Amino acid sequence: MRALPVGDSALLVEVASGEEAQAVHAELLRRRAEGLLSVREIVPAARTVLLDGLTDPARLASELTAADVPPAPPRAREVIELPVRYDGPDLADVAALWNVPEREVARIHAAIEFRVAFCGFAPGFGYLIGLPARYDVPRRATPRTAVHAGAVGLAGPYTGVYPRASPGGWQLIGTTTAVLWDHTREPAALLSPGTRVRFVPVADV
Amino acid sequence: MTDSAFAVVRAGALTTVQDLGRPGHAHLGVPRSGALDGPAAALVNRLVGNLPEAAVLETTLNGCAVRPRSTILVAVGGAPCPVTVDGRPVAWGAPVHVPAGALLDIGTAVSGVRSYVAFAGGVGVEPVLGSRSTDLLSGLGPAPLTNGAILPLGSPMSLHARVDVAPQPRPPVELVLRVTLGPRDDWFTPEAVRTFTSRAYRVSSASNRIGLRTEGPALERALTGELPSEGMVLGAVQVPPDGRPVVFLADHPTTGGYPVIAVVRPSDLPAAAQAVPGTPVRFVAVRRR
Repeated sequence: MRALPVGDSALLVEVASGEEAQAVHAELLRRRAEGLLSVREIVPAARTVLLDGLTDPARLASELTAADVPPAPPRAREVIELPVRYDGPDLADVAALWNVPEREVARIHAAIEFRVAFCGFAPGFGYLIGLPARYDVPRRATPRTAVHAGAVGLAGPYTGVYPRASPGGWQLIGTTTAVLWDHTREPAALLSPGTRVRFVPVADV
Repeated sequence: MTDSAFAVVRAGALTTVQDLGRPGHAHLGVPRSGALDGPAAALVNRLVGNLPEAAVLETTLNGCAVRPRSTILVAVGGAPCPVTVDGRPVAWGAPVHVPAGALLDIGTAVSGVRSYVAFAGGVGVEPVLGSRSTDLLSGLGPAPLTNGAILPLGSPMSLHARVDVAPQPRPPVELVLRVTLGPRDDWFTPEAVRTFTSRAYRVSSASNRIGLRTEGPALERALTGELPSEGMVLGAVQVPPDGRPVVFLADHPTTGGYPVIAVVRPSDLPAAAQAVPGTPVRFVAVRRR
């Protein structure tokens, strides 16, 4: 583990794997909940956790790198089920990349329990991991100028659901009616780092 | 609709509602947003007796014009500009009474980019996640002003002591940004790091509330791989594939996949918000505090 200083009041904790990042994130949330850590933002990402708004980042850096970070606690949270119609415009391309028949994409994808590794790109957009590495796919060579809200896409090791219409370069395999982001709801984001997710195929949503 | 409101007569190039923003939600992909020139927004709020968290208008280059429905105290600051009420010049950087139905016009900035308009009671649009700020990256908060829009105003407070006049810094002729190197300076050649901290850049016209883009010598990478997405801070100097540094401002994305060569001191960012395209920029490396 490395703790890189970022400006005068932030730290970027860098680890070797997504699992370690999850463990570090869980440990930092625990410390904050217990009042042991005063910080404005804790932002997990692929191999890092950013801590922003620290008063003494140097001291925390030496504490963190000296401590043993326990593995992330057991997955106690409920599973969020997202109904999905596997009818995306890139389904055939994904099937070809996976070297399976088109109908197999839904079966493989819906059999996985995913976890939100981190959020970004847009409010409520989660980067979901869980697919084995052999199912990694590249982004589309030319991004679409418009992707509709609820579109389910793949890029690299991640699955994501567009919370609102936006441009996008992910390979679209389906559509969900679930509302990923609603700022009048508490919580506004359906998915947050650590959330467990399953996609449930439906004939028509 | 109550009388505590104003109508937008001329929206200007880009006028948004801004307050202190919505920090604390970066882990959900929500940018912090908020006034780019925080001290200017705080000052105009003080001039009309508002608390620092009251929402103000942030204009871009050519101001805006509004018509309050009831008599109200306003103050304009930030980028210096002519201010008129029904065509008559009034003070910039001082509290001004605007009669009900009169036209308050905030003119084109004489220097700088963003003027700030405070109304006693603050702009009263519905907050989203605790903030009334318009976030241009994610679309949270009220839409930018449009001609004919009606915006509500809050109730003026009488408790907060207001000030009559206050000095304001001039927009920069040269933008000097103090930076601490890292966290990804090792992704660049030593020559590139020297170039970054010694050569002159200019503010690009492609700059916006998301980032201050620059023109100047491209910075060469030592590592050519792809950086996994990581969390981004305000003031991060990200270097995209074209090699020209981009300084992240309030509406910056919460995560990013281009390496951050350095981070600008927060106290230097208000000046960055007021630097017009073409302004010379120097990045000066300083020791971490």
